Amino acid sequence: MNWSVWLPLMVVASALLPGLIIFCLPEEKVYWRTVLNLAGAFSKLLLTGWMLWGVYHGYQYEARIVFLPNLDLVLRADSLSLLFIALSSLLWLLTTIYAIGYLEGSPHRSRFFGFFSLCVTSTSGVALSGNLITFLLFYELLTLVTYPLVVHRGTEAARQAGQAYLIYTMSGGALLLLGTAWLYTLTGTLEFKPLGILHTLDEENHPALIIIFALLIAGLGVKAALVPLHGWLPQAMIAPAPVSALLHAVAVVKAGAFGIVRVVYDVFGIDFAAGLGVTEPLACLAAITILYGSLRALTQDNLKRRLAFSTVSQVSYITLGVAIAGPLASIGGVVHLVHQGLMKITLFFCAGNLAETLGIHKVREMNGVGRRMPWTMTAFTIGAFGMIGAPPIAGFVSKWYLGLGALETGEYWMIPVLVGSGLLNAVYFLPVLHRAWFRDPPDNWPKVRNFGNKETAWALLLPPVITATLALLAGVMASAWFSPLEWVKLIAQREFYRP
Amino acid sequence: MQIETMLTAVDWAVVVIMLPLAGGIACFLWPVMSKQLGLITVTGIALSVAGLGWRIMEHGAYRHAVGGWGAPLGIDLFADGLSLCMLIMITTVGLGISFYASSYFESRRAVWFWPIWLFLLAALNALFLSADIFNLYVTLELTGLAAVALTALTGRIDALNGAMRYLLAMLLGSLTYLLGVALLYHDAGSVDIATLAQRIEPNATVWTALGLMSAGLALKTALFPLNFWLPPAHASAPAPVSALLSALVVKASFYILLRLWLEIFGSFADNAALLLGLLGATAILWGSLQALCQTRIKLLVAYSTVAQIGYLFLAYPLASGSNDMIWSVAVYLAFSHALAKSAMFLATGNLIQFGGHDRITDLDRAVQRLPLTVAAFALAGVSIMGLPPSSGFTGKWLLLETAVTQERWDLALVIIAGGVLAAGYVFKVLGYAFTQAEKPHDAKTVSASMEWTAFLLAAGAILLGFMAPEILTLIRLDIAVNIDGKAV
Repeated sequence: MNWSVWLPLMVVASALLPGLIIFCLPEEKVYWRTVLNLAGAFSKLLLTGWMLWGVYHGYQYEARIVFLPNLDLVLRADSLSLLFIALSSLLWLLTTIYAIGYLEGSPHRSRFFGFFSLCVTSTSGVALSGNLITFLLFYELLTLVTYPLVVHRGTEAARQAGQAYLIYTMSGGALLLLGTAWLYTLTGTLEFKPLGILHTLDEENHPALIIIFALLIAGLGVKAALVPLHGWLPQAMIAPAPVSALLHAVAVVKAGAFGIVRVVYDVFGIDFAAGLGVTEPLACLAAITILYGSLRALTQDNLKRRLAFSTVSQVSYITLGVAIAGPLASIGGVVHLVHQGLMKITLFFCAGNLAETLGIHKVREMNGVGRRMPWTMTAFTIGAFGMIGAPPIAGFVSKWYLGLGALETGEYWMIPVLVGSGLLNAVYFLPVLHRAWFRDPPDNWPKVRNFGNKETAWALLLPPVITATLALLAGVMASAWFSPLEWVKLIAQREFYRP
Repeated sequence: MQIETMLTAVDWAVVVIMLPLAGGIACFLWPVMSKQLGLITVTGIALSVAGLGWRIMEHGAYRHAVGGWGAPLGIDLFADGLSLCMLIMITTVGLGISFYASSYFESRRAVWFWPIWLFLLAALNALFLSADIFNLYVTLELTGLAAVALTALTGRIDALNGAMRYLLAMLLGSLTYLLGVALLYHDAGSVDIATLAQRIEPNATVWTALGLMSAGLALKTALFPLNFWLPPAHASAPAPVSALLSALVVKASFYILLRLWLEIFGSFADNAALLLGLLGATAILWGSLQALCQTRIKLLVAYSTVAQIGYLFLAYPLASGSNDMIWSVAVYLAFSHALAKSAMFLATGNLIQFGGHDRITDLDRAVQRLPLTVAAFALAGVSIMGLPPSSGFTGKWLLLETAVTQERWDLALVIIAGGVLAAGYVFKVLGYAFTQAEKPHDAKTVSASMEWTAFLLAAGAILLGFMAPEILTLIRLDIAVNIDGKAV
């Protein structure tokens, strides 16, 4: 058996097959559904580990089928795709456990978990895409399979949120399609290659390339929630907590951000893009998004909406790092893909726990909740401090590298943006923490579910505790050989700035 | 070896036409058995088409003089890759529709449905195998009449109304076409396509013929602005009939227009091609917007057909120059649309049977109660809106690529906008399938075979997307020969 072909396919299939089988399962087969979900998640984690080992040692993994004459569908594992795959495998497992606990006893779980698996399938496909057409395929698939999750509750509000989500993402997809087709007619290839595929083109094509870049970034920017294309994200908060967690930390917004990384480095090539003069506006856009998201988060009383605007802001760190166009900034940006994922999923898990256990949805209802749910709120605190960028949590590492990168390339105006955003993060997170830990709890919580002497169900508590620990470890042990940071340095060395 | 000679010896083209004719007569004479006879006949047609396909693959384009009379006097049957592809489309979708119909119609209606449906199949098959423009007229007329009869099948007042409009449009269309045929015959002294291709020179008569034939066929294909008859007819017919009207019948007149262009008019009618393209582009935008405004699913799906037909006509302006690949793309899209649209109409039929109505806002949790049908609608929708992975995407990607290469930005934008609008109307239905209606109502059961047929056709539209290289090669099989033959 030729593993180099089969492994990428198996990674995608490990989420696809359980999903398809779960659709066919009757609602009451809870046991089998759980077994399938966990089996899929664990096998994906194992396969990912295998590929990580292989790619580290220089093996090639690639599967290719003919889609059209001269245009193949390609799944390829390089170091960058593995970063995203590893993140999605790990968080899929934890989110599955969380979702099993969260949705216990609620209706339509077969449908939910089926689409949930398909969502992870598309994310894996996005990560493993070896060219832009494959990327486009999975990117659009992701839109389709997340829609049923957004409207899962089936209320009129959910339907309208789903509609908004679709209007944004479909329009974005259309721009991406146009850009891709145009690019293809110029180059005749859409392959992702280190240093890009465009340096052979003549000078006269450069104006067209600038427009193509704008089209691609606009298409990807919708999912990456770049201002002014972010409107769908806070609305999509209507979805159940595990979905919000997955959408925000792993799947949708990250697919957009990951796409931007791919387009800048592997389609245009960072030096070529900088030469075209397109990275500078992108960096400005990212900076505006960072500040705007934080400012909007300040005034949100609904906890999930506050977190959503925080996502708008934080995901743009990735774009910012990419657009600064220096090695250190790139490292800071790309590693934030993982760091933001770990921290943001922790926060959403915790928000879900508060809602499930005590019926808390608003910030002003959170008085004294730290005493009632100490573990949950400890995890929340770690996540929040990470977002602010306090050492030694993962978020600090990203910001440190972003800052160094800004200095390295002489983009001094980035420093106030980074500092300002950190301060704003503090302003909208610290009051929450203050309420939770230092105010007296009310006599009655809005809606209590009893879990005996535990603060909440173990399936709800374990995932945020693990992700918070990981976020902490990713910061404390940033220089260990297995840390995300070291892997991103490897990516930068292999893919972005090849000597 | 024995089998091979046998396969070669049989004139599959004749079988493909005679079998449904015989089946139709048998159904008429023996109504009690019509369902079984119908299903057997359709399966038989599928096998014969496979035989014909094998023959064309092995020995190239196929010409058969019926009764041994040659071209000027007798009737010639002709099949190349293009005809074969259309026949495969008819058979695949026809099989699906037949299985669906076998559970859909209660016996009283089934007695009428099966004979007419088999006559329609015979007419369609004959149309795709005709080698001259007069036979094309005859088969087109037969197709139209059978289709009108099927539309009126329920006998309800709106169905009769729709059928009447449909009938008048059909007759007007075929007469206009026939006038063009007469003019061409007068000018070139033949109705055989291959002979015409060699003799024809652009002059006033030929231009008039071109105009008349194109107008008649455009009317029958419901190209904007001649689409007024389609929505009422397709929306008032029973579900399997709507499916076959939208998926197959409109493709017949499109095929004739394509054939004429490929072999007779293509080399000089650039202005007409531009006009057709313009109408196609308008159809995409107008049809999609109309679909978006509908409050009933069936009308929505019918307007979507108007829009999707527009895509087929984009091939005309893009075909200028040496790019003959674009014609195969149009045929591929027609195939894709046939699968997706039949699945969509059948799924709609299920939803109507389930809820007793087709108001979109009242779908009342169909997602939970009829998941397979909604999945079929969604998958078909994915192909209609041209999202990957589906045949709709592949076809539209190829169109888009050609449009961008030729710097036809207007067409490129229309292609993209049509996709976004299609997403709008498909998800309009799907969104309401999740919500609860104000007055929840009891649901009637829908038979499993009806749900599965819709689903399998939709899945076929998705899978076709992965077979693009093979299909495109098949369509081009021997077409190039015809074009070369003309140039000599």
